[in-house]
Amino acid sequence: MSPVVARPHPLVEQFAAVQAQRSEPAWLKARRQAALERFQSLGFPTKRDEAWKYTSVAPIAKADLTPADPGHAVDAQALDALRAPGLETHEIVLVDGVFRPEVTRDTGPLPDGVLVQSLAGALESGVVEKHLESHPDRDDLAFAALNAAYFADGVFVFVPKNVTVEKPVHIVHLGSRPERPQLQAPRILIVAETSARVQVLESYGASGEGGLTDAVTEVFVGANARVDHVKLQLEDEQAWHVAAILASIDRDGTFDSHSISIGGAIARNDIRVRFEQPGGSTTLNGLFVVHGEQLADHHTVVDHRVPHCTSRELYKGVLDEKGHGVFDGKVWVRPQAQKTDSVQTNKNLVLSKDAVIDTKPQLEIYADDVRCAHGATIGQIDEDALYYLRARGIGESAARSLLTRGFATDVLDGIEPEPLRAAIQAWLVDKLPGAKELEAE
Amino acid sequence: MLTIKNLHATAGGAEILKGLDLEVKPGEVHAIMGPNGSGKSTLAHVLAGKSGYEVTDGTVTFEGKNLLDLEVEDRARAGLFLGFQYPVEIPGVANNYFLRSALNALRKSRGEEELDAMDFLQLIKQKAALVEMDPKFLTRPVNVGFSGGEKKRNEILQMAVLEPKLAVLDETDSGLDIDALRVVSKGIESLRGPERSIILITHYQRLLDYVVPDVVHVFADGRIVKSGGKELALELEKHGYAAFEPSGAKA
Repeated sequence: MSPVVARPHPLVEQFAAVQAQRSEPAWLKARRQAALERFQSLGFPTKRDEAWKYTSVAPIAKADLTPADPGHAVDAQALDALRAPGLETHEIVLVDGVFRPEVTRDTGPLPDGVLVQSLAGALESGVVEKHLESHPDRDDLAFAALNAAYFADGVFVFVPKNVTVEKPVHIVHLGSRPERPQLQAPRILIVAETSARVQVLESYGASGEGGLTDAVTEVFVGANARVDHVKLQLEDEQAWHVAAILASIDRDGTFDSHSISIGGAIARNDIRVRFEQPGGSTTLNGLFVVHGEQLADHHTVVDHRVPHCTSRELYKGVLDEKGHGVFDGKVWVRPQAQKTDSVQTNKNLVLSKDAVIDTKPQLEIYADDVRCAHGATIGQIDEDALYYLRARGIGESAARSLLTRGFATDVLDGIEPEPLRAAIQAWLVDKLPGAKELEAE
Repeated sequence: MLTIKNLHATAGGAEILKGLDLEVKPGEVHAIMGPNGSGKSTLAHVLAGKSGYEVTDGTVTFEGKNLLDLEVEDRARAGLFLGFQYPVEIPGVANNYFLRSALNALRKSRGEEELDAMDFLQLIKQKAALVEMDPKFLTRPVNVGFSGGEKKRNEILQMAVLEPKLAVLDETDSGLDIDALRVVSKGIESLRGPERSIILITHYQRLLDYVVPDVVHVFADGRIVKSGGKELALELEKHGYAAFEPSGAKA
């Protein structure tokens, strides 16, 4: 018998050729090479990996993925569907992970010194060189490594010291519904200097069957700065979506994240926040809504490495039909992290007997003067509330929908500014199970 | 308006209603009084259609229809309103949104045009004033964080907005202080009219000083055991229910 030699994954085989064609700074080429090696040694995760126990990416690993060709036609309707009516933003549109100026709306000038631009066009920037692919908590993330090896473009958001960007920055990620399996790997870098403030909305849509969105967003929150990040994942129900949001918070900084996952056959988010200096705070809120045979998986890590930091986390799942939800939330409180104040909650509403939720809130505390709490609940529609609504004339399916909406919406409470929260809510209510019945009432 | 004949109903295998008869004509206000645990609330929920109650015998005719054939929401759409003894809290659903959804569901079932947000706002402000409700309660989630009195006021507000043909108010007066009772009573009185009937289910005579009933019924051991005019309530207040309870029954 001849020995079986596993053929390397096509994305590994293709890398050298892709790398050779790139005219990029040497530092980036070196980081890409290192990332590819990391991916090679990690491989695609399997269910034997603790962090992937409930989420199989076998269909992705088996697919003959190649990097997306640039220049796919833009589905104007799909693009418009990702824009919130009436919400003023600074817009930048990526198609298959590549900036497309011709479909990006002119949303007026940015404040002095603020940058919202194509990442590929910003590689000469010292700030980009300093921060890109530098977040320390990415070493075990195979998909993040693949993104680093392959991203063609993305967005660089930079807010200088003491500057507040009033309107949210809206990064629109549009897929192209490819004819063959493809990898689109948008890369986002957000850097807010001391006392800067910015809100960034990322919406993902129109990626279809065979499309893998492999996104990485790195966020560097300066001292006393604040970054609000909202992610809205509305891809097709057949799409694959794997993303990492990696934030690092300097002294007294704030990072708030809202992750809303509605689309995708497999949707995985790794959200990791690291307190580098005392006084920081973070809110991690999320909502996943699954039906059919969708799987939505959020893994979050909050790393309290220093004293006097606060974290608040609320994740909610709405699971219908044969939908599968996974929540794994880890809060580290390291020995030095005295006066940590951390609360983590995961609540799930299960609408069908075939739906599955795996939830695992975890708290690891190595400091003794802390205030920490965590918990998870799994429940059904409250029958008394259903009866109450029906007794007022509201039909059963509309009543269920109203209760589902009521369950879900408090996740959005912290989103600022208010017009952004209202826009997200309007978007969301339309996507919840039974929304159509409610409208029909 | 409402005719109940020989109504028997069970809950969890136990017979609670044991041959109840009641006739309510348009414009009438009936008070049903009885000791705790006698099944008064069961009657309210059987009329509203709550699951878990089984009607084993008898008929209920409402506006010429067999009420027992209708789904919960269709009973409401036919003009029945139940004021809950324990109003349910609904987190995340704003009171005014809930009320507009309910009103529009009723209007739609009657083939009427739905009210838009502006028109509804006009209406709800006027109705909230009637029950002296602070408008801030309109934007809060339904009954969440409301005091007992505020919840009952909210029930009367819902009744005022939905304008039912028949309102069954289940212990709407229980646990209210005198000011809240006055407000709730005023709300009930304002809805009194020749086309609308009201059944007040109550344990206490006090409410009937404010809302004077046309007929008073004594309810004991699953049926109506005595009926009379408003003076019957005073008699009950004076002598209690003991005379009407079967020997050995729980208080």
